Amino acid sequence: MFENLSDKLASVFKKLKGKGHLTEDDINKALKEVKLALLEADVNYKVVKDFLNRVKEKAVGQEVLKSLTPAQQVIKIVRDELVNLMGGTTPELNLKGKVPAVLMLVGLQGSGKTTTCAKLAKFLKSKRGRHPFLVPADVYRPAAIEQLQKLGEQIKVPVYHSSPEDNPVEICFQAVNEARQKGYDAVILDTAGRLHIDEKMMEELKQIKARVYPQEILLVADAMTGQDAVNVAKNFNKALDITGIILTKMEGDARGGAALSIKAVTQKPIKFIGVGEKLDALDVFHPDRIASRILGMGDVLSLIEKAQETIDIEKAKELEKKLRKNEFTLEDFREQLRRIRKMGSLEQILSMIPGFGQLKELKNMNVDEKQLVRIEAIINSMTKQERLRPEIINGSRRRRIAKGSGTTVQEVNRLLKEYAQMKKMIKRFTKMGKKGKRINLASLFH
Amino acid sequence: MFKWFKRKKEKREAEGQEIIKKNEAMKSEEKQPEGIKMEPDQAEKAGEREQKEGKSGFGFINRLKQRLSKTRQALTSRIDGLFLGKKQIDEEVLEELEEILIMADLGVKATQELIQTITKKVSHKEINNVEELKKVLKEEIFKMISINRPDFDIERQRPFVVMMVGVNGVGKTTTIAKLAKYYYDQGKKVLLVAADTFRAAAIEQLQAWAQRVGVDIYSQQSGADPAAVAFDGVQLAKNKGYDIVFIDTAGRLHTKINLMEELKKIKRVIQKIVPAAPHEIFLVLDATTGQNATSQTKLFNEALGITGIIMTKLDGTAKGGILVSVAHEFRIPIHFIGIGEKMDDLKPFDPEAFVEALF
Repeated sequence: MFENLSDKLASVFKKLKGKGHLTEDDINKALKEVKLALLEADVNYKVVKDFLNRVKEKAVGQEVLKSLTPAQQVIKIVRDELVNLMGGTTPELNLKGKVPAVLMLVGLQGSGKTTTCAKLAKFLKSKRGRHPFLVPADVYRPAAIEQLQKLGEQIKVPVYHSSPEDNPVEICFQAVNEARQKGYDAVILDTAGRLHIDEKMMEELKQIKARVYPQEILLVADAMTGQDAVNVAKNFNKALDITGIILTKMEGDARGGAALSIKAVTQKPIKFIGVGEKLDALDVFHPDRIASRILGMGDVLSLIEKAQETIDIEKAKELEKKLRKNEFTLEDFREQLRRIRKMGSLEQILSMIPGFGQLKELKNMNVDEKQLVRIEAIINSMTKQERLRPEIINGSRRRRIAKGSGTTVQEVNRLLKEYAQMKKMIKRFTKMGKKGKRINLASLFH
Repeated sequence: MFKWFKRKKEKREAEGQEIIKKNEAMKSEEKQPEGIKMEPDQAEKAGEREQKEGKSGFGFINRLKQRLSKTRQALTSRIDGLFLGKKQIDEEVLEELEEILIMADLGVKATQELIQTITKKVSHKEINNVEELKKVLKEEIFKMISINRPDFDIERQRPFVVMMVGVNGVGKTTTIAKLAKYYYDQGKKVLLVAADTFRAAAIEQLQAWAQRVGVDIYSQQSGADPAAVAFDGVQLAKNKGYDIVFIDTAGRLHTKINLMEELKKIKRVIQKIVPAAPHEIFLVLDATTGQNATSQTKLFNEALGITGIIMTKLDGTAKGGILVSVAHEFRIPIHFIGIGEKMDDLKPFDPEAFVEALF
């Protein structure tokens, strides 16, 4: 549906080859494409207009750098300006000051507050060493309280006992008291979803704020929100003076232009993004990465970081040694598989690779997570000896492995064949490495 | 109003006997005992609450107009302002018109089409002033959203099976409750099937709604195979002679292939019981959603063949312009729109009234 902005710009600039400077006319043509890209990404019209004016000022008369084509040059300016607008660094959650720290989540219905509360609790518990306390203050939506209770059970975080008959303001006040007594140091308030123009309901939020003085008031917004994101953010900010934003449902194919709109009207930082239904699918927000995404250019940095998080450097070195000596066994293969799965779902990983979203053939590609599970099951059903020396696996061993893993002999055969091929490939790669030829990773992305 | 309440009470008594029979049937089939739940007390309470809220005396168009006033303000007042001090429609005016349409979430494609049509008419001197521009805009938008939809005729077959799908947080469960009430009030025998077994407390949420509305629900425990729940639910509906069945599915992003496969499976298995089912597959879209609604419609449609669209949350400041763009691009009829949180705030979509309310 969406064509890559880089390609569009490249075609605009085709006739521009050899020019030393960007003229106003060139820029105007290019910016028209940028404007469409931003509008299709749901960035607010007015925000787009202001933004493009700034880009134009910067771009006109600029020398075209030798290393870049004019198209790349414009993209670079646009991207830098986008990053600039989104704010350079992401500030941490403010948990300083009084104990317990109180975090209040607000937003429209269906933006994902309850799930995000649980994700945030898990984040604080496992990555910040905190003792969070979840507070269901949504007494309106049927079963909202049960939902948070169940999520609390899943992540083993205590949940305040509220009942639909209670007053939300009282719930929050009592819960903070209880947290203080019981020694929890971070209270997360899950408020009911509400329309930003519902004055009565907005008043309730103001009352909660006045009663418990939250350190953080986070607006939870859906990444798929359209032009209205501006009004929503404006009203919530006006009523509550929010401290930050959490953007949810970022794992889909929405380009998240709402992020730019919200940031532009509130001037408040986006602190987290929700990237999946699992309770650890909450990432710290990186302005530079969403800039690429809004422009339709992928997110390599997040991918690299994910890989770094899950790959132990020592182990990686060990693996490299093994690869060089061509001692890569099925045991190592299994280890790699587990690591990949730790990085998240395959789809999530693939979506971060630039251009991947645009490839039509790949859009319909079925990323089968189950296949990985089966492969692991097959390897698990081998004896240690078999894993180290797969060549000893004969017909009867194959049958046993298939039976043990609940698969078929054909599948076992396929795995062994693929493993053999992989080994051959690794051999070729390592040979290349020895000859000193470096594979230029960057070239893959252009 | 009193009559309405009385009718409900009479029906409840008749319904109560049914339930007892059903519970016996359930036991003999060794199904989950909590499969069907209803406490008359609770339902009575819900009835009273509805009573208190009362029914507004506005006609449908008036009410829609009132609800969409924000949209109307945003669109028409600006279009009126557009021509102040302007004698002719020039480049600047068209650019401002583009802004207005984009800001209403009509999307780049639909907006460009409208602008092109208008530009052409301006150059042919068919549009000379603001009134004419408004008239043409209205006509063009009406053309885009009016799609012949076959009547949503639940008498076609019993049970009439409706499957609800959509991304997370668009309001599927609440919409089911509203639809259930709509048909329950018409004296239909309604069954809700809780096939969202994934999200925490989704089953409890649907159960609470079933109680409030006073209809039956079939559910299994959380984590059960949604296709199995749907299968058993439709089986039950067929055996017990329900008129209409609503299957609530878990919200899922349209890009998750495995989860889309799960929906296809639900569709497949219920066809084993009722070959023509699901008679309707409704995609629920959130009016605050931007251009991604197009992608949602495309992928859900490719996977399942969507028969109709329900657009929720049109009562905020969101302009719901994406509705124009989705209807135009996919030619899938819009069946209902949600314009508020009250139980009767779900209305059959009327393109004429919608455009009328916009301008």
